[in-house]
Amino acid sequence: MKLFRMLGRNFRDALKSVIRNFSLSLASISCITITLVVVALSIILSYNVNNFSNIIKKDVTIVVFIENDATDQQIAGLENTIKNDKNVDSYKFYSKSEVAEEIMQHSDIYKTIMEEWNDKTNPLYDEFWVKVKDIEIIDQTAQKIKDIKIVKTVEYGETIINKLLSTFKVIQNISYILVISLLIVTAFLISNTIKLTIHARRKEISIMRLVGASNMTIRLPFVIEGLFLGILGSIIPIIITIYGYYVVYNYYGGQLFSPLIRLISPEPFVYIIALILLGIGVIVGMGGSYKAVRRHLKV
Amino acid sequence: MDLIMIREVDKQYKNGVLAISDLSLNVKKGDFVFIIGASGSGKSTLIKMLYREEKPTKGKILIGGINVAKLKNKRVYVLRRKIGVVFQDFRLLPKKTVYENVAFALEIFGEKKQEIRKRVINSLNLVGLKSKAKYYPNNLSGGEQQRVAIARAIVNSPKLVICDEPTGNLDPDTSMEIMKVLEEINKQGTTIMVVTHDKEIVNKMKRRVILLEEGRVKKDYKKGTYDDEVV
Repeated sequence: MKLFRMLGRNFRDALKSVIRNFSLSLASISCITITLVVVALSIILSYNVNNFSNIIKKDVTIVVFIENDATDQQIAGLENTIKNDKNVDSYKFYSKSEVAEEIMQHSDIYKTIMEEWNDKTNPLYDEFWVKVKDIEIIDQTAQKIKDIKIVKTVEYGETIINKLLSTFKVIQNISYILVISLLIVTAFLISNTIKLTIHARRKEISIMRLVGASNMTIRLPFVIEGLFLGILGSIIPIIITIYGYYVVYNYYGGQLFSPLIRLISPEPFVYIIALILLGIGVIVGMGGSYKAVRRHLKV
Repeated sequence: MDLIMIREVDKQYKNGVLAISDLSLNVKKGDFVFIIGASGSGKSTLIKMLYREEKPTKGKILIGGINVAKLKNKRVYVLRRKIGVVFQDFRLLPKKTVYENVAFALEIFGEKKQEIRKRVINSLNLVGLKSKAKYYPNNLSGGEQQRVAIARAIVNSPKLVICDEPTGNLDPDTSMEIMKVLEEINKQGTTIMVVTHDKEIVNKMKRRVILLEEGRVKKDYKKGTYDDEVV
């Protein structure tokens, strides 16, 4: 009972103190708000870039063209090599007549020309379509297959994929660094702002100690105040995130520049981000207060 | 029975100043004691050690059975709940009302609201400020603010009330009023220790007077006055 009464009183006092020390509270809240907005942007960017990379990675295929004079036995040998490669996720064989049929389905002009081809005059090649597990070492896998005698050539759009992936990787790394450094800066800034609030109230703390408050009793209202500041500071970033992401998503129709670069669907994505922001706000607010009040405890 | 027992206490500050030297002293339960002495005689250091703002370098200080010298920082609250402290500068919270300032000392223990109300009203009654419970400290005179500070010091019925120059900022008439309030509290059994420079109040009260000089007890008068020795 006693504990509940104390907690209740602390919540009431913390709320009162946020209001009574409004200018300082506002400084802490604005500090949390501004940094959380940037943190939200960085998290959204980083998640989406991660999503783009994953979509592209799933789509990447190595097409293996086989020499026309290869025997069935040689092709079976090639299939074995592909099957046993650790980086191969799945593969499929298309004979040159299947490839021709596939092309004919897409164009009537090609159809009229290609219909006249038979097995011997068909200039196309038998193909393996190979999907890899780790796109980072697709070069090695492609090269290994290419080195086999009956393989004419391999194609996997290496230049554009490599460029895209390295760009994404750079963006992702930058956003990771941004998020982490921002979190550190936020924690530091908030801890300092709260230190300022607490410094302004050191008299109150010394009187609390004087009348016999234990360290826990002194700390609790400040930590609860930090909790309130964290919650208040994360309201605006949460609204901006939810509303802003829906607007951007709908404006671009869910994709950027090409269907390949799809944005993450807003639900439940924005709500998860909102929770993350609230969590960061609360942890940083409470942690900052806890740390800041510490140095005033030894009287 | 002794409430305070001080044995062979030394206090040397980090800068090398020896503020208290081989001081021994006993204060009985229910006593009213003035501590006087010139500036630098160790008065303030002595009472700071009593409410454990300073730790003695050597010796033993027992207050109501608690060994203050060995009390750890995080256990200081145990001692402070048994004593009330009043300062020259009142140390009230300007953003809390008179009632809240006094209630503050009970709320931190998680007392019941009705109990807090009863005790705060009692204390304010005792110092004669019940009618000003809703005022903020800045709207009160110096004497009234000091009475609020006394009400806060006595609200949790401490065994000992320590006053550091409680009348230092007050005119002679108001100072006597404060002394009367302290006397009233003393009559109810609370031990009172007052550090002061105020000749007039010491002479009028005729209580035990301890004269400090260079960190030692020079004289201890049972019903003394400031004029017994030239300080």
